[in-house]
Amino acid sequence: MSYTKTYEEINEKIKKGQAVVVTAEEVIDIVEEKGYAQAAREIDVVTTGTFGPMCSSGVFINFGHSNPRIKMKKVWLNGVEAYTGIAAVDAYLGAAQLPESDPENKVYPGRFSYGGGHVIQDLVAGKEIRLEAIAYGTDCYPNRKLETIITLDDVNEAFMFNPRNAYQNYNCAVNLGDRPLYTYMGILRPRLGNAAYSTSGQLSPLLNDPHYKTIGIGTRIFLGGGIGYVSWNGTQHHPNVLRGENGVPQTPAGTLSVIGDLKQMDPNWLVGLSYIGYGATIAVGIGIPIPILDEEILHYTAVKDEDIYCPIVDYFEGYPYKKNIDLGLANFKELKSGRININGKMVVTTPQSSYPRARKIASILKEWIAAGKFEISRPVQMLPGADANIDFKSIPDRRPVNGIVFNSSRMGGK
Amino acid sequence: MKNRIVLYFSAAQSEQPIIYRLVKEYDLVVNILKANINPQKEGLMVMELTGEKDNYEAGISYLSSLGVSCEPLSETVMWDETLCIQCGACASFCPTEALFMDRESMEISFENSKCVVCGMCLDCCPTRAITLHFDVREAV
Repeated sequence: MSYTKTYEEINEKIKKGQAVVVTAEEVIDIVEEKGYAQAAREIDVVTTGTFGPMCSSGVFINFGHSNPRIKMKKVWLNGVEAYTGIAAVDAYLGAAQLPESDPENKVYPGRFSYGGGHVIQDLVAGKEIRLEAIAYGTDCYPNRKLETIITLDDVNEAFMFNPRNAYQNYNCAVNLGDRPLYTYMGILRPRLGNAAYSTSGQLSPLLNDPHYKTIGIGTRIFLGGGIGYVSWNGTQHHPNVLRGENGVPQTPAGTLSVIGDLKQMDPNWLVGLSYIGYGATIAVGIGIPIPILDEEILHYTAVKDEDIYCPIVDYFEGYPYKKNIDLGLANFKELKSGRININGKMVVTTPQSSYPRARKIASILKEWIAAGKFEISRPVQMLPGADANIDFKSIPDRRPVNGIVFNSSRMGGK
Repeated sequence: MKNRIVLYFSAAQSEQPIIYRLVKEYDLVVNILKANINPQKEGLMVMELTGEKDNYEAGISYLSSLGVSCEPLSETVMWDETLCIQCGACASFCPTEALFMDRESMEISFENSKCVVCGMCLDCCPTRAITLHFDVREAV
Protein backbone atom coordinates (compact mmCIF):
# COMPACT_ATOMS: atom_id res chain seq x y z
CA MET A 1 0.00 0.00 0.00
CA SER A 2 1.60 3.21 -1.09
CA TYR A 3 1.63 6.36 0.95
CA THR A 4 -1.35 8.73 0.66
CA LYS A 5 -2.31 12.14 2.06
CA THR A 6 -5.65 13.88 2.36
CA TYR A 7 -6.57 17.47 1.57
CA GLU A 8 -7.18 18.00 5.28
CA GLU A 9 -3.76 16.69 6.28
CA ILE A 10 -2.06 18.92 3.74
CA ASN A 11 -4.05 21.95 4.90
CA GLU A 12 -3.11 21.25 8.54
CA LYS A 13 0.54 21.43 7.51
CA ILE A 14 -0.09 24.61 5.49
CA LYS A 15 -1.72 26.26 8.52
CA LYS A 16 1.27 25.37 10.67
CA GLY A 17 3.65 26.68 8.04
CA GLN A 18 5.12 23.18 7.67
CA ALA A 19 3.93 22.26 4.20
CA VAL A 20 6.59 21.28 1.68
CA VAL A 21 5.78 23.17 -1.50
CA VAL A 22 7.76 23.04 -4.73
CA THR A 23 7.14 24.28 -8.25
CA ALA A 24 6.39 22.02 -11.21
CA GLU A 25 9.96 22.66 -12.39
CA GLU A 26 11.61 21.92 -9.06
CA VAL A 27 9.71 18.67 -8.61
CA ILE A 28 11.47 17.19 -11.65
CA ASP A 29 14.91 17.36 -10.05
CA ILE A 30 13.62 16.21 -6.66
CA VAL A 31 12.07 13.11 -8.19
CA GLU A 32 15.29 12.35 -10.06
CA GLU A 33 17.26 12.64 -6.84
CA LYS A 34 14.95 10.87 -4.41
CA GLY A 35 12.69 8.71 -6.51
CA TYR A 36 8.90 8.87 -6.69
CA ALA A 37 8.08 7.05 -3.44
CA GLN A 38 10.29 9.18 -1.25
CA ALA A 39 9.37 12.44 -3.03
CA ALA A 40 5.65 11.65 -2.73
CA ARG A 41 6.03 11.32 1.05
CA GLU A 42 7.95 14.57 1.38
CA ILE A 43 6.20 16.91 -1.03
CA ASP A 44 2.74 18.22 -0.10
CA VAL A 45 1.97 20.60 -2.96
CA VAL A 46 3.33 21.25 -6.46
CA THR A 47 2.58 24.69 -7.91
CA THR A 48 2.04 25.35 -11.61
CA GLY A 49 1.81 28.54 -13.63
CA THR A 50 0.91 29.96 -17.01
CA PHE A 51 0.87 33.46 -18.47
CA GLY A 52 -0.34 33.85 -22.02
CA PRO A 53 -3.02 35.30 -24.26
CA MET A 54 -6.47 34.04 -23.24
CA CYS A 55 -9.16 35.69 -25.38
CA SER A 56 -12.06 34.06 -23.62
CA SER A 57 -11.73 36.32 -20.58
CA GLY A 58 -13.68 39.22 -19.22
CA VAL A 59 -15.13 41.02 -16.26
CA PHE A 60 -18.61 41.36 -14.78
CA ILE A 61 -19.15 44.82 -13.33
CA ASN A 62 -21.97 46.35 -11.33
CA PHE A 63 -21.57 50.10 -11.67
CA GLY A 64 -24.09 51.11 -9.01
CA HIS A 65 -26.90 53.47 -9.99
CA SER A 66 -26.90 56.98 -11.36
CA ASN A 67 -29.45 59.47 -10.12
CA PRO A 68 -31.96 59.26 -11.73
CA ARG A 69 -31.55 55.53 -12.20
CA ILE A 70 -30.69 53.98 -15.56
CA LYS A 71 -31.34 50.65 -17.27
CA MET A 72 -28.35 50.55 -19.57
CA LYS A 73 -29.09 49.57 -23.16
CA LYS A 74 -25.51 50.06 -24.26
CA VAL A 75 -22.46 50.87 -22.19
CA TRP A 76 -18.87 51.75 -23.07
CA LEU A 77 -15.68 51.88 -21.00
CA ASN A 78 -13.04 54.03 -22.68
CA GLY A 79 -15.05 53.59 -25.88
CA VAL A 80 -15.06 49.78 -25.65
CA GLU A 81 -18.55 48.34 -25.46
CA ALA A 82 -19.55 45.98 -22.67
CA TYR A 83 -22.54 43.66 -22.91
CA THR A 84 -25.42 44.91 -20.79
CA GLY A 85 -28.28 42.62 -21.83
CA ILE A 86 -28.53 41.68 -18.16
CA ALA A 87 -29.78 43.71 -15.17
CA ALA A 88 -29.90 47.52 -15.26
CA VAL A 89 -26.35 48.44 -14.28
CA ASP A 90 -24.63 45.08 -14.70
CA ALA A 91 -22.35 44.53 -17.67
CA TYR A 92 -19.77 42.11 -19.02
CA LEU A 93 -16.66 43.51 -20.61
CA GLY A 94 -14.92 41.00 -22.88
CA ALA A 95 -11.16 41.02 -23.44
CA ALA A 96 -11.42 40.79 -27.23
CA GLN A 97 -13.96 43.63 -27.61
CA LEU A 98 -12.82 46.54 -29.81
CA PRO A 99 -13.90 50.18 -29.84
CA GLU A 100 -16.44 50.86 -32.59
CA SER A 101 -14.01 53.39 -34.06
CA ASP A 102 -11.30 50.74 -34.53
CA PRO A 103 -10.41 50.38 -38.24
CA GLU A 104 -10.02 46.62 -37.70
CA ASN A 105 -8.47 45.01 -40.78
CA LYS A 106 -9.69 47.67 -43.21
CA VAL A 107 -6.08 48.71 -43.51
CA TYR A 108 -4.52 45.26 -43.40
CA PRO A 109 -2.96 44.23 -41.13
CA GLY A 110 -4.79 46.21 -38.45
CA ARG A 111 -3.01 47.40 -35.30
CA PHE A 112 -5.72 46.75 -32.66
CA SER A 113 -3.97 49.02 -30.20
CA TYR A 114 -6.71 49.14 -27.58
CA GLY A 115 -9.50 46.77 -26.64
CA GLY A 116 -11.33 45.14 -23.74
CA GLY A 117 -8.16 43.55 -22.36
CA HIS A 118 -6.49 46.96 -22.18
CA VAL A 119 -9.53 48.42 -20.39
CA ILE A 120 -9.36 45.59 -17.84
CA GLN A 121 -5.67 46.24 -17.28
CA ASP A 122 -6.33 49.99 -16.88
CA LEU A 123 -9.14 49.29 -14.41
CA VAL A 124 -6.94 47.02 -12.31
CA ALA A 125 -4.16 49.61 -12.44
CA GLY A 126 -6.58 52.06 -10.79
CA LYS A 127 -6.68 54.36 -13.81
CA GLU A 128 -9.63 56.65 -14.53
CA ILE A 129 -12.01 55.16 -17.08
CA ARG A 130 -14.56 57.06 -19.15
CA LEU A 131 -17.98 55.48 -18.64
CA GLU A 132 -20.74 56.18 -21.17
CA ALA A 133 -24.17 54.61 -21.36
CA ILE A 134 -27.43 55.08 -23.22
CA ALA A 135 -30.91 53.81 -22.35
CA TYR A 136 -34.48 54.04 -23.64
CA GLY A 137 -35.88 55.13 -20.27
CA THR A 138 -38.55 53.44 -18.16
CA ASP A 139 -40.73 54.58 -15.28
CA CYS A 140 -38.37 52.92 -12.83
CA TYR A 141 -35.18 53.81 -14.74
CA PRO A 142 -35.78 57.21 -16.36
CA ASN A 143 -32.19 58.20 -17.17
CA ARG A 144 -31.38 57.93 -20.88
CA LYS A 145 -27.80 59.02 -21.08
CA LEU A 146 -24.80 58.92 -18.84
CA GLU A 147 -21.24 60.13 -19.19
CA THR A 148 -18.77 60.12 -16.32
CA ILE A 149 -15.38 59.04 -15.06
CA ILE A 150 -14.96 56.00 -12.82
CA THR A 151 -12.21 53.94 -11.26
CA LEU A 152 -12.29 50.36 -10.01
CA ASP A 153 -12.92 51.68 -6.49
CA ASP A 154 -16.17 53.33 -7.62
CA VAL A 155 -17.94 50.19 -8.77
CA ASN A 156 -19.80 47.79 -6.45
CA GLU A 157 -18.50 44.53 -7.79
CA ALA A 158 -15.98 43.68 -10.46
CA PHE A 159 -15.19 40.05 -10.86
CA MET A 160 -13.28 38.34 -13.57
CA PHE A 161 -15.14 35.46 -15.14
CA ASN A 162 -13.29 33.73 -17.94
CA PRO A 163 -15.20 31.09 -19.88
CA ARG A 164 -12.07 29.43 -21.30
CA ASN A 165 -8.57 29.70 -19.86
CA ALA A 166 -5.53 27.52 -19.25
CA TYR A 167 -5.87 25.37 -22.38
CA GLN A 168 -4.42 21.94 -21.83
CA ASN A 169 -1.91 21.94 -24.66
CA TYR A 170 -2.18 23.92 -27.89
CA ASN A 171 -1.29 23.78 -31.58
CA CYS A 172 2.11 24.72 -32.88
CA ALA A 173 1.17 27.09 -35.73
CA VAL A 174 3.01 27.29 -39.05
CA ASN A 175 2.37 28.81 -42.47
CA LEU A 176 2.67 26.64 -45.59
CA GLY A 177 1.44 29.49 -47.79
CA ASP A 178 3.42 32.09 -49.69
CA ARG A 179 2.36 35.22 -47.83
CA PRO A 180 2.70 36.28 -44.18
CA LEU A 181 -0.25 35.40 -41.95
CA TYR A 182 -1.45 37.54 -39.06
CA THR A 183 -3.09 35.22 -36.56
CA TYR A 184 -3.91 34.81 -32.89
CA MET A 185 -0.66 32.87 -32.77
CA GLY A 186 1.17 36.00 -33.95
CA ILE A 187 2.86 36.59 -37.29
CA LEU A 188 3.50 33.43 -39.26
CA ARG A 189 6.09 33.84 -41.96
CA PRO A 190 5.46 32.15 -45.30
CA ARG A 191 6.95 28.82 -46.41
CA LEU A 192 7.49 27.48 -42.88
CA GLY A 193 9.26 30.69 -41.85
CA ASN A 194 8.56 30.15 -38.16
CA ALA A 195 6.56 27.96 -35.79
CA ALA A 196 4.49 29.65 -33.06
CA TYR A 197 3.61 27.82 -29.88
CA SER A 198 1.84 28.61 -26.65
CA THR A 199 1.47 27.07 -23.15
CA SER A 200 4.16 26.85 -20.50
CA GLY A 201 4.91 23.14 -21.03
CA GLN A 202 6.14 21.42 -17.87
CA LEU A 203 4.82 24.34 -15.76
CA SER A 204 1.34 24.42 -17.30
CA PRO A 205 -1.50 23.57 -14.86
CA LEU A 206 -3.48 21.01 -16.85
CA LEU A 207 -0.36 19.35 -18.27
CA ASN A 208 0.61 18.57 -14.66
CA ASP A 209 -2.78 17.06 -13.88
CA PRO A 210 -3.64 15.50 -17.23
CA HIS A 211 -6.64 13.49 -15.98
CA TYR A 212 -8.06 16.29 -13.77
CA LYS A 213 -7.57 14.23 -10.62
CA THR A 214 -7.15 17.27 -8.35
CA ILE A 215 -8.18 20.28 -10.44
CA GLY A 216 -11.97 20.56 -10.45
CA ILE A 217 -14.86 22.86 -9.70
CA GLY A 218 -14.03 24.90 -6.62
CA THR A 219 -10.24 24.56 -6.82
CA ARG A 220 -8.65 27.69 -5.32
CA ILE A 221 -6.12 29.25 -7.73
CA PHE A 222 -3.85 32.22 -8.40
CA LEU A 223 -5.77 34.39 -10.87
CA GLY A 224 -4.40 37.65 -12.21
CA GLY A 225 -2.37 38.25 -9.07
CA GLY A 226 -5.30 37.58 -6.71
CA ILE A 227 -7.15 34.53 -5.50
CA GLY A 228 -9.71 32.93 -7.76
CA TYR A 229 -11.48 29.63 -8.26
CA VAL A 230 -12.16 27.11 -10.97
CA SER A 231 -15.86 27.65 -11.64
CA TRP A 232 -16.58 24.99 -14.28
CA ASN A 233 -14.85 23.24 -17.11
CA GLY A 234 -13.98 25.76 -19.79
CA THR A 235 -15.76 26.08 -23.12
CA GLN A 236 -14.44 23.66 -25.76
CA HIS A 237 -13.38 21.31 -22.93
CA HIS A 238 -12.58 18.24 -24.97
CA PRO A 239 -10.68 15.69 -22.89
CA ASN A 240 -11.32 12.70 -25.13
CA VAL A 241 -8.27 13.12 -27.39
CA LEU A 242 -5.06 11.35 -28.33
CA ARG A 243 -2.82 11.07 -25.26
CA GLY A 244 0.70 9.88 -24.67
CA GLU A 245 1.58 7.00 -22.33
CA ASN A 246 2.02 9.58 -19.57
CA GLY A 247 -1.62 10.65 -20.01
CA VAL A 248 -0.67 14.04 -21.45
CA PRO A 249 -2.89 15.07 -24.38
CA GLN A 250 -1.14 15.54 -27.71
CA THR A 251 -3.70 18.05 -29.00
CA PRO A 252 -5.64 20.90 -27.37
CA ALA A 253 -7.84 19.14 -24.78
CA GLY A 254 -9.25 20.27 -21.41
CA THR A 255 -9.96 23.89 -20.50
CA LEU A 256 -10.98 25.76 -17.37
CA SER A 257 -13.53 28.41 -16.60
CA VAL A 258 -12.30 30.58 -13.74
CA ILE A 259 -13.63 33.32 -11.51
CA GLY A 260 -12.11 35.81 -9.08
CA ASP A 261 -12.38 39.27 -7.53
CA LEU A 262 -10.86 41.83 -9.91
CA LYS A 263 -10.33 44.24 -7.03
CA GLN A 264 -7.64 41.93 -5.58
CA MET A 265 -5.80 41.59 -8.87
CA ASP A 266 -2.68 43.22 -10.24
CA PRO A 267 -2.01 44.85 -13.66
CA ASN A 268 1.26 42.90 -13.92
CA TRP A 269 -0.74 39.70 -14.23
CA LEU A 270 -3.54 41.00 -16.48
CA VAL A 271 -1.96 42.62 -19.50
CA GLY A 272 -3.82 43.97 -22.54
CA LEU A 273 -2.39 42.62 -25.81
CA SER A 274 -2.57 43.69 -29.44
CA TYR A 275 -2.11 41.05 -32.13
CA ILE A 276 -1.42 42.71 -35.46
CA GLY A 277 -3.96 41.71 -38.10
CA TYR A 278 -5.94 39.72 -35.54
CA GLY A 279 -7.30 41.73 -32.64
CA ALA A 280 -7.00 42.75 -29.03
CA THR A 281 -6.89 40.33 -26.13
CA ILE A 282 -5.43 39.88 -22.65
CA ALA A 283 -2.62 37.89 -21.08
CA VAL A 284 -3.93 36.23 -17.93
CA GLY A 285 -1.75 34.85 -15.17
CA ILE A 286 -3.00 31.59 -13.67
CA GLY A 287 -1.34 29.37 -11.10
CA ILE A 288 -2.88 26.17 -9.75
CA PRO A 289 -1.65 24.14 -6.77
CA ILE A 290 -1.65 20.38 -7.11
CA PRO A 291 -1.85 18.50 -3.79
CA ILE A 292 0.35 15.41 -3.80
CA LEU A 293 -2.29 13.01 -2.52
CA ASP A 294 -0.39 9.95 -3.70
CA GLU A 295 2.48 8.77 -5.83
CA GLU A 296 0.42 8.67 -9.02
CA ILE A 297 -0.32 12.40 -8.78
CA LEU A 298 3.35 13.08 -8.18
CA HIS A 299 4.15 11.15 -11.36
CA TYR A 300 1.95 13.52 -13.34
CA THR A 301 3.50 16.66 -11.82
CA ALA A 302 7.01 15.45 -12.64
CA VAL A 303 6.24 15.67 -16.37
CA LYS A 304 9.09 17.19 -18.40
CA ASP A 305 9.06 19.36 -21.50
CA GLU A 306 10.53 16.49 -23.54
CA ASP A 307 7.52 14.33 -22.66
CA ILE A 308 4.97 16.88 -23.90
CA TYR A 309 4.00 16.96 -27.57
CA CYS A 310 1.68 19.19 -29.57
CA PRO A 311 0.44 19.00 -33.15
CA ILE A 312 2.05 21.16 -35.85
CA VAL A 313 -0.82 22.83 -37.71
CA ASP A 314 -0.82 24.84 -40.93
CA TYR A 315 -2.67 28.16 -40.53
CA PHE A 316 -2.67 29.00 -44.24
CA GLU A 317 -5.27 26.37 -45.18
CA GLY A 318 -5.19 23.61 -42.57
CA TYR A 319 -6.67 25.46 -39.61
CA PRO A 320 -8.93 28.09 -41.23
CA TYR A 321 -10.48 25.69 -43.75
CA LYS A 322 -10.31 22.55 -41.61
CA LYS A 323 -8.05 20.70 -44.02
CA ASN A 324 -6.21 17.73 -42.64
CA ILE A 325 -2.52 18.36 -43.27
CA ASP A 326 -0.30 16.07 -41.21
CA LEU A 327 2.89 17.86 -40.16
CA GLY A 328 3.57 15.64 -37.17
CA LEU A 329 4.10 16.57 -33.55
CA ALA A 330 6.44 19.06 -31.92
CA ASN A 331 8.13 18.45 -28.62
CA PHE A 332 8.25 21.19 -25.97
CA LYS A 333 11.91 20.80 -25.19
CA GLU A 334 12.72 21.37 -28.84
CA LEU A 335 10.19 24.21 -29.15
CA LYS A 336 11.86 25.95 -26.19
CA SER A 337 15.32 25.42 -27.69
CA GLY A 338 14.42 27.89 -30.45
CA ARG A 339 14.29 25.55 -33.45
CA ILE A 340 12.33 22.50 -34.48
CA ASN A 341 12.63 20.15 -37.40
CA ILE A 342 9.58 20.07 -39.68
CA ASN A 343 9.83 17.73 -42.67
CA GLY A 344 13.60 18.08 -42.66
CA LYS A 345 13.63 21.87 -42.40
CA MET A 346 14.91 23.62 -39.27
CA VAL A 347 12.29 26.19 -38.32
CA VAL A 348 12.65 29.04 -35.82
CA THR A 349 10.13 28.88 -32.97
CA THR A 350 8.05 31.84 -31.76
CA PRO A 351 6.65 31.60 -28.22
CA GLN A 352 3.35 33.29 -27.36
CA SER A 353 3.15 32.39 -23.70
CA SER A 354 5.70 33.85 -21.27
CA TYR A 355 7.77 31.12 -19.66
CA PRO A 356 9.59 33.47 -17.21
CA ARG A 357 6.22 34.84 -16.04
CA ALA A 358 4.78 31.33 -15.67
CA ARG A 359 7.80 30.43 -13.56
CA LYS A 360 7.24 33.53 -11.43
CA ILE A 361 3.56 32.68 -10.86
CA ALA A 362 4.43 29.14 -9.74
CA SER A 363 6.96 30.61 -7.33
CA ILE A 364 4.56 33.26 -5.94
CA LEU A 365 1.92 30.60 -5.35
CA LYS A 366 4.56 28.45 -3.66
CA GLU A 367 5.39 31.36 -1.31
CA TRP A 368 1.71 31.97 -0.52
CA ILE A 369 1.16 28.33 0.41
CA ALA A 370 4.42 27.95 2.31
CA ALA A 371 3.57 31.08 4.31
CA GLY A 372 0.19 29.64 5.27
CA LYS A 373 -1.75 32.31 3.33
CA PHE A 374 -3.30 30.02 0.76
CA GLU A 375 -4.98 26.70 1.53
CA ILE A 376 -5.70 24.07 -1.06
CA SER A 377 -9.29 23.07 -1.72
CA ARG A 378 -10.95 19.78 -2.54
CA PRO A 379 -13.05 20.19 -5.69
CA VAL A 380 -16.79 20.10 -5.02
CA GLN A 381 -17.14 18.28 -8.33
CA MET A 382 -14.58 16.86 -10.72
CA LEU A 383 -14.34 17.97 -14.36
CA PRO A 384 -15.53 15.66 -17.13
CA GLY A 385 -12.64 13.39 -18.13
CA ALA A 386 -11.81 11.40 -21.23
CA ASP A 387 -14.38 8.77 -20.27
CA ALA A 388 -17.17 11.35 -20.54
CA ASN A 389 -16.83 10.98 -24.33
CA ILE A 390 -17.54 14.63 -25.04
CA ASP A 391 -18.00 15.27 -28.78
CA PHE A 392 -16.30 18.23 -30.37
CA LYS A 393 -19.09 19.92 -32.27
CA SER A 394 -19.18 22.41 -35.13
CA ILE A 395 -21.92 24.78 -36.25
CA PRO A 396 -24.39 22.83 -38.40
CA ASP A 397 -24.81 24.07 -41.96
CA ARG A 398 -28.58 24.45 -42.36
CA ARG A 399 -30.57 26.89 -44.47
CA PRO A 400 -33.52 28.53 -42.70
CA VAL A 401 -36.50 28.28 -45.11
CA ASN A 402 -39.30 30.73 -45.98
CA GLY A 403 -37.94 33.37 -43.71
CA ILE A 404 -38.94 31.39 -40.65
CA VAL A 405 -35.85 31.84 -38.57
CA PHE A 406 -37.15 31.51 -35.03
CA ASN A 407 -39.27 28.97 -33.28
CA SER A 408 -42.73 30.32 -34.20
CA SER A 409 -44.66 28.76 -31.32
CA ARG A 410 -42.51 30.68 -28.86
CA MET A 411 -42.61 33.92 -30.86
CA GLY A 412 -46.38 33.91 -31.40
CA GLY A 413 -47.27 32.47 -28.02
CA LYS A 414 -48.15 35.73 -26.30
CA MET B 1 35.65 57.23 -38.73
CA LYS B 2 32.74 54.87 -38.53
CA ASN B 3 29.10 55.40 -39.36
CA ARG B 4 25.95 53.48 -39.96
CA ILE B 5 24.36 54.58 -43.19
CA VAL B 6 21.49 53.67 -45.45
CA LEU B 7 22.03 53.66 -49.21
CA TYR B 8 19.08 53.91 -51.55
CA PHE B 9 19.63 52.63 -55.10
CA SER B 10 17.70 53.10 -58.26
CA ALA B 11 17.33 50.10 -60.56
CA ALA B 12 20.23 51.18 -62.79
CA GLN B 13 22.55 51.88 -59.87
CA SER B 14 22.05 48.44 -58.44
CA GLU B 15 23.95 47.09 -61.44
CA GLN B 16 27.15 48.83 -60.29
CA PRO B 17 29.83 47.02 -58.23
CA ILE B 18 29.67 49.70 -55.54
CA ILE B 19 30.92 47.68 -52.59
CA TYR B 20 33.89 46.43 -54.56
CA ARG B 21 34.97 50.00 -55.34
CA LEU B 22 34.44 51.21 -51.77
CA VAL B 23 36.77 48.51 -50.54
CA LYS B 24 39.30 48.45 -53.37
CA GLU B 25 39.64 52.12 -54.24
CA TYR B 26 38.75 53.88 -51.00
CA ASP B 27 40.14 51.32 -48.52
CA LEU B 28 36.92 51.26 -46.47
CA VAL B 29 35.69 48.47 -44.25
CA VAL B 30 32.15 47.60 -45.23
CA ASN B 31 29.90 45.65 -42.92
CA ILE B 32 26.55 45.07 -44.57
CA LEU B 33 23.83 44.90 -41.91
CA LYS B 34 20.84 44.61 -44.16
CA ALA B 35 20.40 44.63 -47.92
CA ASN B 36 17.39 44.44 -50.12
CA ILE B 37 18.45 44.75 -53.73
CA ASN B 38 16.73 43.01 -56.58
CA PRO B 39 17.92 43.14 -60.19
CA GLN B 40 15.97 45.70 -62.26
CA LYS B 41 14.43 47.12 -59.08
CA GLU B 42 15.34 49.82 -56.64
CA GLY B 43 16.82 48.72 -53.36
CA LEU B 44 18.39 49.69 -50.08
CA MET B 45 21.39 48.67 -48.08
CA VAL B 46 22.14 49.34 -44.42
CA MET B 47 25.86 49.24 -43.70
CA GLU B 48 28.50 50.16 -41.22
CA LEU B 49 31.26 52.04 -43.05
CA THR B 50 34.67 52.40 -41.39
CA GLY B 51 37.88 54.05 -42.62
CA GLU B 52 40.26 57.02 -42.55
CA LYS B 53 38.39 60.31 -42.62
CA ASP B 54 39.70 61.31 -46.09
CA ASN B 55 38.94 57.93 -47.54
CA TYR B 56 35.54 57.90 -45.91
CA GLU B 57 34.60 61.28 -47.36
CA ALA B 58 35.95 60.37 -50.79
CA GLY B 59 33.92 57.15 -50.67
CA ILE B 60 30.75 59.04 -49.81
CA SER B 61 31.45 61.51 -52.64
CA TYR B 62 31.86 58.58 -55.00
CA LEU B 63 28.46 57.23 -53.92
CA SER B 64 26.88 60.66 -54.38
CA SER B 65 28.45 61.00 -57.83
CA LEU B 66 26.65 57.83 -58.85
CA GLY B 67 23.40 59.29 -57.57
CA VAL B 68 23.11 56.78 -54.75
CA SER B 69 21.19 58.48 -51.97
CA CYS B 70 23.12 58.13 -48.74
CA GLU B 71 21.58 58.88 -45.34
CA PRO B 72 22.64 58.31 -41.76
CA LEU B 73 20.88 55.45 -40.01
CA SER B 74 18.93 57.62 -37.64
CA GLU B 75 16.19 55.41 -36.30
CA THR B 76 16.56 53.65 -33.00
CA VAL B 77 14.56 50.76 -31.63
CA MET B 78 13.60 51.13 -27.99
CA TRP B 79 12.66 48.17 -25.79
CA ASP B 80 10.62 49.06 -22.72
CA GLU B 81 11.38 46.39 -20.20
CA THR B 82 8.52 47.49 -17.94
CA LEU B 83 5.94 46.77 -20.67
CA CYS B 84 7.59 43.54 -21.80
CA ILE B 85 5.97 40.32 -20.57
CA GLN B 86 8.92 38.19 -21.71
CA CYS B 87 6.97 36.09 -24.18
CA GLY B 88 9.97 36.02 -26.48
CA ALA B 89 8.15 36.35 -29.81
CA CYS B 90 10.41 39.24 -30.88
CA ALA B 91 13.63 37.24 -30.60
CA SER B 92 12.45 34.79 -33.25
CA PHE B 93 12.02 37.65 -35.71
CA CYS B 94 15.25 39.50 -34.93
CA PRO B 95 17.85 38.83 -37.65
CA THR B 96 20.86 40.00 -35.62
CA GLU B 97 20.08 38.67 -32.13
CA ALA B 98 19.86 42.24 -30.82
CA LEU B 99 16.72 40.95 -29.13
CA PHE B 100 18.02 37.77 -27.62
CA MET B 101 16.40 35.03 -25.60
CA ASP B 102 18.54 33.28 -23.02
CA ARG B 103 17.46 29.64 -23.35
CA GLU B 104 18.14 28.88 -19.68
CA SER B 105 16.05 31.68 -18.14
CA MET B 106 13.91 32.12 -21.30
CA GLU B 107 14.26 35.87 -20.71
CA ILE B 108 14.70 38.52 -23.36
CA SER B 109 17.45 41.12 -23.45
CA PHE B 110 18.10 43.87 -25.98
CA GLU B 111 21.46 45.06 -27.22
CA ASN B 112 21.07 48.25 -29.17
CA SER B 113 24.48 48.07 -30.85
CA LYS B 114 23.44 44.89 -32.67
CA CYS B 115 20.15 46.37 -33.90
CA VAL B 116 19.87 47.17 -37.61
CA VAL B 117 16.43 48.75 -37.27
CA CYS B 118 14.78 46.32 -39.66
CA GLY B 119 11.51 46.79 -37.75
CA MET B 120 10.47 43.14 -37.68
CA CYS B 121 10.06 43.21 -33.88
CA LEU B 122 7.70 46.19 -33.91
CA ASP B 123 4.76 44.28 -35.34
CA CYS B 124 5.18 41.03 -33.48
CA CYS B 125 5.26 42.50 -29.95
CA PRO B 126 1.78 42.06 -28.43
CA THR B 127 2.36 44.54 -25.60
CA ARG B 128 3.94 47.13 -27.94
CA ALA B 129 6.95 47.25 -25.67
CA ILE B 130 9.16 47.79 -28.72
CA THR B 131 8.93 51.15 -30.48
CA LEU B 132 10.80 53.06 -33.14
CA HIS B 133 12.38 56.39 -32.31
CA PHE B 134 13.87 58.80 -34.79
CA ASP B 135 17.11 60.05 -33.33
CA VAL B 136 19.46 62.46 -35.05
CA ARG B 137 22.85 60.81 -35.08
CA GLU B 138 26.21 61.98 -36.33
CA ALA B 139 25.62 63.17 -39.87
CA VAL B 140 27.61 61.71 -42.71
